[in-house]
Formats: sequence, structure tokens, C-alpha cells
Amino acid sequence: MHIYANPARFLKIARPLTAWLGWAGAAMVALALYAGLFVTPPDFVQGETARIMYVHVPAAWLGMAGWAGIAAASLMQIVWRHPLSALAGRAIAIPGALFTALCLATGSLWGSRTWGTWWQWDGRMTSMLVLLFLYFGYIALADADRQRGGDGRITAIFGLLGAINLPIIHYSVLWWRTLHQGQSIGLTGSSIHGSMLWPLLLAALGFTFLFGAIVLMRMRADLARSKVEARMRRMAA
Amino acid sequence: MSPWALVIASYGLTIAGTLALAWASFAAMRRAEREAAALRDRS
Repeated sequence: MHIYANPARFLKIARPLTAWLGWAGAAMVALALYAGLFVTPPDFVQGETARIMYVHVPAAWLGMAGWAGIAAASLMQIVWRHPLSALAGRAIAIPGALFTALCLATGSLWGSRTWGTWWQWDGRMTSMLVLLFLYFGYIALADADRQRGGDGRITAIFGLLGAINLPIIHYSVLWWRTLHQGQSIGLTGSSIHGSMLWPLLLAALGFTFLFGAIVLMRMRADLARSKVEARMRRMAA
Repeated sequence: MSPWALVIASYGLTIAGTLALAWASFAAMRRAEREAAALRDRS
């Protein structure tokens, strides 16, 4: 990891990887969503509405994985002061917030038919809403810190503290048995039938690749802007 | 509401959101890298 903390070395890998992740992710998502709409059978209990799963679950996964990425980048920034870690945290924040918002929106659409309500202060839904607010807080803090010319340590501490919400989201369906269903996919197996599981896993992988491509593009833009600012300062001096 | 309307709305929101962010990030990256290259060539 330390090897890739060098911006020049990072760019050498990021340039080809951005296009590769973007196109591979788009192809996987297209195939998975086509299968989710037209190939997989409707759910025995929920019928056609269960097809929302193929976009809702990847969005939930990326909302949480995004914050896990912010927490890892924050830890690297605080402990090793990697030059790219603050940049990575900032680049993850907006895609992470988008997928958390998409998870809440698609979940609300799904719940409107399955539960008969668009929203409920259920443990899982509330903890995901808290995650969205944490993203907003992180984005505002990172912007303020950058404008002030700070070193990003306060933002990194916020990124680490916010990770406390991740186990709360994960275990919320066990701790508070309210509306949201329990876990369907675990490390040891899945209760979802194989015909519905493969498009779900493919969609999750495809959206993850797209998320990676977006993060790399945002990091490259931030790096290029920093170079321009540094050169302008040198020219003005 | 019809289940298919909910499914299409969910897919539409997710695809539109992802594409919009991917496009905005790509455009910002291209613009920033071009500016950096132009400034490097000028100096």
C-alpha cells in the first residue's frame, strides 16, 4: 500500500485501471440488470417487486463499503500520513453518499408495496439514513478544511468515528426485529435461490467496479487541480 | 401502484444517478488534466 502512496506511481496504475474498471463494470451491470428484469423468476412471496433487489442491495453494499473505504483512508492519513489518503477519502465521499441515497430511495419504493409504507423508523432504515447524514457531514468538513488549507486530520478523525455506524447497520436487523428482513447472504451461504443469486452478485460486482472507476476519476481530477494550484503558486512567487 | 412501475422507477433512478456521477467525474477529470497539461507546456 505504501508503494502506491506516491502520486506518480499511483497515476501510472490509475490511468489504465480507470477505463478498465469503467467498461467492465458497465458491461457487468448491463448484463445483471437485463437478467434481473427479464431472465430471473419473480419471487414466490413478493412477486415482481423483488426485482428491485438487483439495484437496492448493490447500492446498500456500496454505501457501507464507501464508508469503510473512508475509514481505511482516514486511518492511513492519521498513522502514516500518506499523501493520497486524504484525496481518496474525499473522492469516495460523493459516490458513497449517492449510493446510500439510492439505497434509501429504492428501499422506500420496495417497501411501499411490500410493507405498505414508504418509510418507517426501523433500525436498518434509520441507521442507513444516519450514514447518509454522516456522508453529508464528511463532505462539508472536507470542503471547509480544504478551503482553510488544513491538513485534513479533523476530517480523518470524523471518518474513523463514523465507522462506528457500520456494525450498527449490519446488526440492526438482529438487534431490533422491526420491518426490515434479516440477512439473506452470509459468509457461509445464502438463502436466495441460485437463479436469483447470480445476477445479484454480478450487479454488486459491476456497480463496485463502476464505483472504483468513479473514485479513480475523482482522485485524478483532484491531483491535477493540486498540480495546477502548486504551479500557479510557484509562478506567482 | 403497479409492481413494474416501482421496479422501473428503481432501475431508472439507479442508472441515471450512476451515469450522471460517472459523467460529471469524467468531465471534471478531463478538464483538470487538460489544464494541468496546458500549464506544464506553457512553463
